[in-house]
Amino acid sequence: MASTSAHSLYDPRRHVRVDPERVRDVSSTDFPGYWPDEDHSWNLEKFKERLRVTVTRVSNRSIEFDMVGVDASIANAFRRILIAEVPTVCIENVYVHDNTSVMVDEVFAHRLGMIPLNVDPALMEMRDSTGQATDRNTLVFRVNVTCTRNKSSPKDETDPAVLYHDAEVLSSHLKWEPAGEQEAVFEGKPPAPTNPDIVLMKLRPGQEVDIEMHAVKGVGKDHAKFSPVATASYRILPLIVLNPEKPVPPHLAAKFQKCFSPGVIDVDPQTQEVSVNEGNMRKETMSREVHRHPEFKGCVELKRVRDYFLFNIESEGAYTPERLFPESIKVMREKIANIRKAAQVLSSESQGTGDVEMGG
Amino acid sequence: MEEDDWQNPDAAHWKGLGLTDPVKSIEDKWLLLPAFLKVKGLVKQHIDSFNYFVDVDIKNIVKANNKITSDVDPRFWLKYTDIAVGFPDRTDADAIDKSVTPHECRLRDTTYGAPILVTIQYTRGKNIIRRANVNIGRLPIMLRSNKCVLTGRNEAQMARMTECPLDPGGYFIVKGTEKVILVQEQLSKNRIIVETDPTKGVVQASCTSSTHGGLKSKTYVATKKGKIYLRHNSIHEDVPIVIALKALGIQSDKEILLLTAGNSEAYKVTFSANLEEAAKLGVLTRHQALEYIGARVKINRKVVGPRRPAWEEALEALATIVLAHVPVVGLDFRSKAIFVATMTRRVLMAMHDEKMVDDRDYVGNKRLELAGQLLALLFEDLFKTFNTNLKASIDKVLKKPSRTNEFDAFNTMQFQGDHITSGFVRAISTGNWSLKRFKMERAGVTHVLSRFSYISALGMMTRISSQFEKTRKVSGPRALQPSQWGMLCPSDTPEGEACGLVKNLALMTHITTDVEEEPIVRIAYMLGVEDISLATGTEIYGANTFVVHVNGTIIGLTRYPARFVSNFRKLRRAGKFSEFVSVYINHHHRTVQIATDGGRICRPMIIIENGKPRVNSEHISMLKKGEMTFDDFLHRGLVEYLDVNEENDSYIALYEPDIVPTTTHLEIEPFTLLGAVAGLIPYPHHNQSPRNTYQCAMGKQAIGAIGYNQLNRIDTLLYLLVYPQQPMVKTKTIDLVGYDRLPAGQNATVAVMSYSGYDIEDALILNKASLDRGYGRCQVLRKNTALIRKYPNGTFDRLADAPLDENGQVQKKFDIIQLDGLAGVGERVDPGDVYVNKQMPTNANDNTFSGQAATVPYKNSPLTYKSPVAGNIDKVMITDTENEQTLIKVLIRQTRRPELGDKFSSRHGQKGVCGLIVNQEDMPFNDQGIVPDTIMNPHGFPSRMTVGKMIELLAGKAGVLSGKLQYGTAFGGSKVEDMSRILIENGFSYSGKDMLTSGITGEPMEAYVYFGPIYYQVGILLHSPRLRHIRTEHMVMDKMHARARGPRATLTRQPTEGRSREGGLRLGEMERDCLIGYGATQLLLERLMISSDQFEVNACEECGLMGYNGWCTYCKSSKKMAQLTIPYAAKLLFQELMAMNVVPRLVLDDA
Repeated sequence: MASTSAHSLYDPRRHVRVDPERVRDVSSTDFPGYWPDEDHSWNLEKFKERLRVTVTRVSNRSIEFDMVGVDASIANAFRRILIAEVPTVCIENVYVHDNTSVMVDEVFAHRLGMIPLNVDPALMEMRDSTGQATDRNTLVFRVNVTCTRNKSSPKDETDPAVLYHDAEVLSSHLKWEPAGEQEAVFEGKPPAPTNPDIVLMKLRPGQEVDIEMHAVKGVGKDHAKFSPVATASYRILPLIVLNPEKPVPPHLAAKFQKCFSPGVIDVDPQTQEVSVNEGNMRKETMSREVHRHPEFKGCVELKRVRDYFLFNIESEGAYTPERLFPESIKVMREKIANIRKAAQVLSSESQGTGDVEMGG
Repeated sequence: MEEDDWQNPDAAHWKGLGLTDPVKSIEDKWLLLPAFLKVKGLVKQHIDSFNYFVDVDIKNIVKANNKITSDVDPRFWLKYTDIAVGFPDRTDADAIDKSVTPHECRLRDTTYGAPILVTIQYTRGKNIIRRANVNIGRLPIMLRSNKCVLTGRNEAQMARMTECPLDPGGYFIVKGTEKVILVQEQLSKNRIIVETDPTKGVVQASCTSSTHGGLKSKTYVATKKGKIYLRHNSIHEDVPIVIALKALGIQSDKEILLLTAGNSEAYKVTFSANLEEAAKLGVLTRHQALEYIGARVKINRKVVGPRRPAWEEALEALATIVLAHVPVVGLDFRSKAIFVATMTRRVLMAMHDEKMVDDRDYVGNKRLELAGQLLALLFEDLFKTFNTNLKASIDKVLKKPSRTNEFDAFNTMQFQGDHITSGFVRAISTGNWSLKRFKMERAGVTHVLSRFSYISALGMMTRISSQFEKTRKVSGPRALQPSQWGMLCPSDTPEGEACGLVKNLALMTHITTDVEEEPIVRIAYMLGVEDISLATGTEIYGANTFVVHVNGTIIGLTRYPARFVSNFRKLRRAGKFSEFVSVYINHHHRTVQIATDGGRICRPMIIIENGKPRVNSEHISMLKKGEMTFDDFLHRGLVEYLDVNEENDSYIALYEPDIVPTTTHLEIEPFTLLGAVAGLIPYPHHNQSPRNTYQCAMGKQAIGAIGYNQLNRIDTLLYLLVYPQQPMVKTKTIDLVGYDRLPAGQNATVAVMSYSGYDIEDALILNKASLDRGYGRCQVLRKNTALIRKYPNGTFDRLADAPLDENGQVQKKFDIIQLDGLAGVGERVDPGDVYVNKQMPTNANDNTFSGQAATVPYKNSPLTYKSPVAGNIDKVMITDTENEQTLIKVLIRQTRRPELGDKFSSRHGQKGVCGLIVNQEDMPFNDQGIVPDTIMNPHGFPSRMTVGKMIELLAGKAGVLSGKLQYGTAFGGSKVEDMSRILIENGFSYSGKDMLTSGITGEPMEAYVYFGPIYYQVGILLHSPRLRHIRTEHMVMDKMHARARGPRATLTRQPTEGRSREGGLRLGEMERDCLIGYGATQLLLERLMISSDQFEVNACEECGLMGYNGWCTYCKSSKKMAQLTIPYAAKLLFQELMAMNVVPRLVLDDA
């Protein structure tokens, strides 16, 4: 049934009801057999028609976009892939030559691993099962910092940054040591931490660290440091539906407005009439404050649109925020291709063990 | 302004208040608490007690034992004129810098002690010689005491000494271990306690006398068959009370009656039987009474002089042994007689009215014994022995008829050995206080300071252990006493056998030290107290008279007790005598009690006069500016200390609005009734009380930071949290004890929901990404020591470099050994690796060896790493011990991340183990994309009723949103309403419940989830199942056992039991039941007989008895003998029955 209402935000079938004590209708119902006499079988044309992706905001480090017309499972799959399966390059092995600081080797190594690097993972290969380091799969960094006294510091100075040289080991102290053909591959953008000001540890005169690090490509499900995102998540579009039967009393209009996030509810300055600002509806944080006041009972229905996803992805690392989502699609396609291959093997009923190898 | 601004009270603004703003009320007066702690510190009781010992008591002890004379030469004498304890120094002979720090002692396994220096005068020939600073031994010094090098140092100086500025001190370092002398709780001395035994119908008044010199004796005045007797250890049988009183010099029956029963008819009737008894026994005069007692006194004299008459013995016993604390000057027994009469009267009163019975558990009747007192006893004992030994050796020298040079006692003194030093060290390191001289035999007085966490160390310093037996099943001593209010923490007590017997001090308590009694007595007389010796019974028990006691001794009467007490207090508030002298009116007994003795718990309170607190806004603002300290408050009479007895005679307002005209005092802050450990709990007043108690036990096990010097310490076992955080929801106590600077836990974002089923029974779900990022990461550091010894025969241990194998390669297990024979710092140690390659001479114990030490053959005795998990070498230390042996300490570190089975706990007694670790993408997330670190099952709440935890979450969430730390201080703290408002302002639901999306399906969840930060104490490894797991894994080798055949027990011929005896595996009763139920008879037969103690017997079908060799010894025939198989145990049973005249007969039949 392709009625016009199906596209409308106000189609109750698309709604998740946000009640005072619970959430209702969380699952989608547009699958075959749910609604009698309606055909909900999947249809590419229909899907194309409904699918809409709009970018609402892009900054240096994050992106927000809307994804409308997909099932939660699809949106969630992208979210999961972004967190766990989009590869990045991180420091994995740390070789300590010298460390006389107060921080123990393991902790320092752990901290080094967490540094986001600006290396485009596409330029590198995953390490194979042999773990052999080559110039294709490993980047070598080095830190060699010795803290010394600043002889020219004023006598009554107490700030360690002035008193000493190199009182802090920063991420900018990581020096890349090119190997093999890396110099050519990474030309123009030498591998380094994305943020040069991460404090890794503090040193005092006489303390020294001399460390060699190997960075490899990996995925977030192996270790959180390989996750390319700080957050990758979505929320579904809030929807505030005023009840025309029971308007908000004018003297309570201001209070009603305060029950929602700023800008969501408009109050007519003359009539004190309350209306929902459609354009700002997404600003609502769903604090459900309005449910707390008995005087607004029945005035408003809080809902959310089930297939309207407001994505927010914060990039941390090599990918620009707008590249992250396409990367996740790439990973998804690979996975699908894999399954397709496996399915074909199965359906062709070829000879063999009957086991299907699923490539990683 | 932020709430934690109390730390710099001199800031121009505090909590938005300017310095000139009037302090309206209550809100700021709690600043007195940090001021109090600034002066006193957290463990002031230990330090004050030790200081008192070192500065005052030790001098008194020496004064009492200051002269040594010789039995040989009557002209010789030696006198101690002064004693002082020096500052800790180094004992190494060749040291140039003698200064020493406590941390050096910890590392080098030495004792942090100072020399005890005396000034002596003695005769040498005809001259009198005076020598100052003579060292007679070394005293272990309490950290942060007057004599400690750490007192008065600032943080920078402490840092230079590698000492943590937050460490409370109050303990000793003996042979490198930190030892605490726990506070001991005892019944107060020199006070009359009346008790009843309802089953026996006995009423008794007892009084434990303790005088300086340590002698203790207990005197009873008790009823026996309706009559009253005096009982004492030194008298064989009970003395009728009238005889005792007569012996004490009260001859007339009338006077006795007046002094005991007074003028009340009922008492007179009860008492009359006692007068009759004395008359019946024919004791009418004092002499007769003394003779009566004298005949029953245990004579205990070493010197065999001429036998003294009985009455003299009695006189001496009464004067010096019975009720020794009541002074008898010049044979004036009057005050002692009145004391005995008072005891008698108390018995009479209790016989008539049960309410007059005293409560032993009342905190006012308790005294706390601290390190100083115990050390004083120990020193007195050691010093006396030292003097006896000295005298003996002086006598020995003097006995020699001809001496070449003049005898100098000083030389003899130098050769006295280290009796005092070793005595102290032995007592403190073993904890055995066995002082025969004072009939004291106590074990477990000292404990190793628990350094599991900062809080465990702090908790140990405030601990009070009771002298009660733990096995006794009486609830009284264990119960929470109302008089503990403000003095002892109501929450902090262990569970199990020591429950209620081990207590902890509340935050703002002080334990008194002795104050000289005589000046106080003089002041009392000055204030109009009439001397007791001049009073008769009529006056003492007169309608308006109150008896005045000082430390339990009766000194006089007053007719105006209220006026007397108020004048006395005025003098105290004016600082005319010690602020720790307490005075109160006991209306019950119609007495005024003045106490100056040590060991009373007291706490400061704001004085109220005319319905107004004496502390006002100006005082507080001066305090803020630093113009006034806590001592100024005391000296100006704004604040005073009240002990339990005086507190219970006062009318104390909890809050300022509660003040009524009769109010005498105002509490400084109600939350100080909790101790340091319970003070860490946010919103404890919202929790079910046992939860707070559980938390008090668990807070001590939480891994965290233990001190600023933690990385310089080499402890046997040290647990550290890699990234400790201060809690989002703090309490004022946290600020005061410094838990925010040495925290043990992390703020975890918690979702209260169920997930996966792996969270049942309090299990927690952890986010793998959080663990990856360092949540709950711990380090375990373990000490390993090796002593490189020098042997008496000249040989010595040595360190060797790694040996090479046949191929000239270093073996794998030696690969971290460097040229000096020690593992390199930072190297990874795998199981089985050698980290100290020590070699010992093969003939180390051969004392006949006299060859070259270098030529002896050596055998390997390396230190190998045994843990199944690899570690890293953290530190290697080489030093010398006090007796010049080389000591090597190797610290090995493991870094662990949380895994399944690790224990976590919030601050509300809610512990749980990690049940599942979930990938971040599978965790639920909220609209902002926040993923919880931990998921906690909501079933943890209803039965535990830890509402405080819920409020903590709410306050924590509000704090995170507003960028502020919130406070959950007991009986106060951030209000739920305010927290909800912050949540609403930030677009969250007021309830703290968020709308989450499932990470697995991607759909919103149908329920709102309580979601926010809760402070979690991480990885409580003690009692953690994981450790057990590792241990079992480790010990499988030790447990593996199987047996086919093997040894049998001689008596029953059954297989032996247990692995150590290579025993069989028992098929028990329940297993037998299963086999019977199943019907597997042949298996049963095999298991229970054939494989066990099968035995062939011959039995006679005729008589049913067992014979042998086919012959029945009973029937004297072999006709009807049959052979059968029975368990040997059955045969044994039959024979044992026969031995007891029971005949078991076997009735045989063919099956």
